[in-house]
Amino acid sequence: MEKRFAGRSAAPGLALGALFPIANGTGTRVASGAAESEAEALRSALSAALSDLSALIERSTEDAAAILEFQVALLEDDVLAEPAHAAIAAGSAADQAWLQALQQEIAGYETSDDEYFRARAADLYDIRDRVLAHLTGSATETAVPAGAIVAAVDLAPSRFLAIDWSRGGALVLTAGSTTSHVAMLARSRGVPAIVGLGVDVDELSGLALVDAHRGVLIVNPGPAARVQFERDAETAATARTLATAAAMKPAVTADGTTIRIVLNIADPRELSDLDPAICDGIGLVRTEFLFHNQQGLPDEEQQYSTYRRIVEWAHDRPVTIRTLDAGGDKPIPGLTPTGESNPFLGVRGLRLSLAQPDVFRTQLRALARAAMHGNVKIMLPMVTHPRELAIARSMLDAEIAALTAAGIPARRASLGIMIEVPAAAIAADQFDAEFFSIGSNDLTQYVAAAGRDIGAVADLADPTQPAMLRLLRYVVNAARAQHIDVSLCGDAGGDARAIPLLLGAGLRTLSMAPALVGNAKLAIAAVDLRSVMESEPWPT
Amino acid sequence: MTTSRYDPVPKNNAMHTGSALLTNDVGLHARPSVKLTQLAKRFGAHIEFARATTGPWVDAKSPVKVMRFKATKGETLHFRARGSDAAEALAAIVSLVERGFATEPERTSQLPQG
Repeated sequence: MEKRFAGRSAAPGLALGALFPIANGTGTRVASGAAESEAEALRSALSAALSDLSALIERSTEDAAAILEFQVALLEDDVLAEPAHAAIAAGSAADQAWLQALQQEIAGYETSDDEYFRARAADLYDIRDRVLAHLTGSATETAVPAGAIVAAVDLAPSRFLAIDWSRGGALVLTAGSTTSHVAMLARSRGVPAIVGLGVDVDELSGLALVDAHRGVLIVNPGPAARVQFERDAETAATARTLATAAAMKPAVTADGTTIRIVLNIADPRELSDLDPAICDGIGLVRTEFLFHNQQGLPDEEQQYSTYRRIVEWAHDRPVTIRTLDAGGDKPIPGLTPTGESNPFLGVRGLRLSLAQPDVFRTQLRALARAAMHGNVKIMLPMVTHPRELAIARSMLDAEIAALTAAGIPARRASLGIMIEVPAAAIAADQFDAEFFSIGSNDLTQYVAAAGRDIGAVADLADPTQPAMLRLLRYVVNAARAQHIDVSLCGDAGGDARAIPLLLGAGLRTLSMAPALVGNAKLAIAAVDLRSVMESEPWPT
Repeated sequence: MTTSRYDPVPKNNAMHTGSALLTNDVGLHARPSVKLTQLAKRFGAHIEFARATTGPWVDAKSPVKVMRFKATKGETLHFRARGSDAAEALAAIVSLVERGFATEPERTSQLPQG
C-alpha cells in the first residue's frame, strides 16, 4: 500500500529506487545459538576494539588522545558490558545484546539536562559501533547498491562520502538537519536528500519515490504517483541537460556582463570528478573536515598536503581557503567550548582560533606553504572588529618569517575576511582586508535575528530582504572604494531566485556548491542588468 | 578551600569518610572521571562516593558508573573508603577534587576540562 512521509528538503532532486536502510551499526551476524560462544564473541570484539583504540592513541596528538582515553576507560570497565553479558546468558545473540545494552547507556547520556554530558553520547556511539563492527566482522562497509535510496536515522559525513552516488540514488533521514554537514555534502554532490521524516527506519523498505524538492517520500507508490513522478522527472531531466551544458560555458548576463563563478568545497573528495573549467576558482574551502578526523587534530604536514592538492587541482585559478570555522553549529570535541548558552554568539570562527593560538599558527603555516603552489587566498571567518584582523595578520607574518628563517618555502598569501557578522558589514570600510567574502547564511540570520535552522522563523531569514540587499550594496561599494575583490559565498549565491537581486546589489562574483553551477549560469544568462532594479543604496 | 574537609578516623579497617566540592566547570565528566577512577584504582581500598552521606554509593573505580552519576559543578561529593590504605586513598582523592582535577596547576589547558 502506498505510504507518504513528509520531511524537509535538504538537497533538491528526484529519485526512484529501492530503499536501502542503514542501521547506525552496520552489518549482520549469524548467532551461534550457544551462550558461551556468544559471550566469547563479545569478549574478543571488546578486546579488538580496545587494541584499535590503543593504535589510534599512538598516532594521535595529546589532546585527541585524551578524548580516546576516555573511550578506553569505558571499554576497559567490565560494568559497561555487564547488561550485555546478562542478556547473552538469557539467550540473546552477542550483537543484539551489545546494541541494546549500549542503547540504554546512550539514552542515559542523551536525556541529560547538561549539554556537555549529552555531547559525550557521541563517544558512546563510537564505542558501540567499533565493537559492533568487530562482532559482525564488517569493519569494512556493506556496499550500498547503485541508485539506492539510502535510509538512516542520520548519516556520518564519512559514510556519505563512502557511498557511490554516481549512478543516482537519494538520501532520506528520519532525523537530521538541513544545516548538517551531511546535508551540505548532499547539496554539493547533487544527491537528493530529505531530513526529519520522523518515522522508524524499519518502516522504510521496498520501492520508493523521493521528491526532494517538496520533501516528500512515497513508499510503494501507486500508479497516480508514478505517472506524476515520470512527468516531474522528464521536466527535471530537460532542465539538467540544459544546466550541464551551461556549466561548461562562461557566466554572462543578457547584457554581456561576465560574472565570476567560484566553488564552495566542504571536502576535497568533491573535486575528484570535477572539471576545473566549470569555474573561475574556489571561493570557499571549508577546512573543518580536517578537524573531524578521529585520529586527532591535523598536523602541519597533513594540512599542507591537503591544501596543496586542492591548489593543484585549480591550476592557476584562485583558491580561497577559510581558516577553521568551528563552534556555533559545528562543534569539534575537545576544541570548541562546551556549555555556551548560545553557541552562535559565542567562541566560534576566528574567535576560537585566537583563543587557541597554537592550532591557528599550525594552520597559517600550512597555508603559507601551500601558497607556493598556486594562488592561495586566506579567509578569516566571523571577524567582528578590525583589531582581530590585525592580530591574525601579525600572526601570519610571524609564521612566514619563522618558516623562511628555517629555510622552508612559504609565501604571503592574500588575507581577507568573511563579512558575516553585522558589525563587520556595517563598518566594512574600516577593515584593512585584501578581499571580502560575504557569508550570507550567517549574515542573514544575525541581521534578521532569526535562526535558519528554526522552521518557525525561517521565512524571516530571507537573504534577499530589504535590509540584506541594502547591506550587500554597502559592502560592495566599500570593497570598490578600497579596490579589493568582493564575493558572496552563502546558499543565496547558488539560488536562481536570489541571483538577479544579488547582481542588482552590485555583486559580480558568486561562490556556490559545484552541483549548482549549471543552473546558476542559466539564471545569470536571463538577467539583463540594464533593466534589473538596482538595490537602494544606504540612505544619507 | 574551606568547603571541603577530610576526616581521618584512625581505627583499624574502619570506614574513612571525607567530602569535597566540585569546582571545575564541567563537573565530574569525561576527563575528570577518568582521572578519578585511575587514581582510585591505584589503591587496594574499596572506595565509593555519593551525593549524601546516606548514599546511594557509587564505585569510584568504575568510569561507567561515575559517568552515570552525572555530578555537576557546585555539588558536594561524599567519599567513603575501607581497606588498609583507605586513609591515603581518601586524602589523595579529596585533594584531586579540590584541585579541580588539575594535575599540573600551572599549565594553561588547551582543552576544556572534560
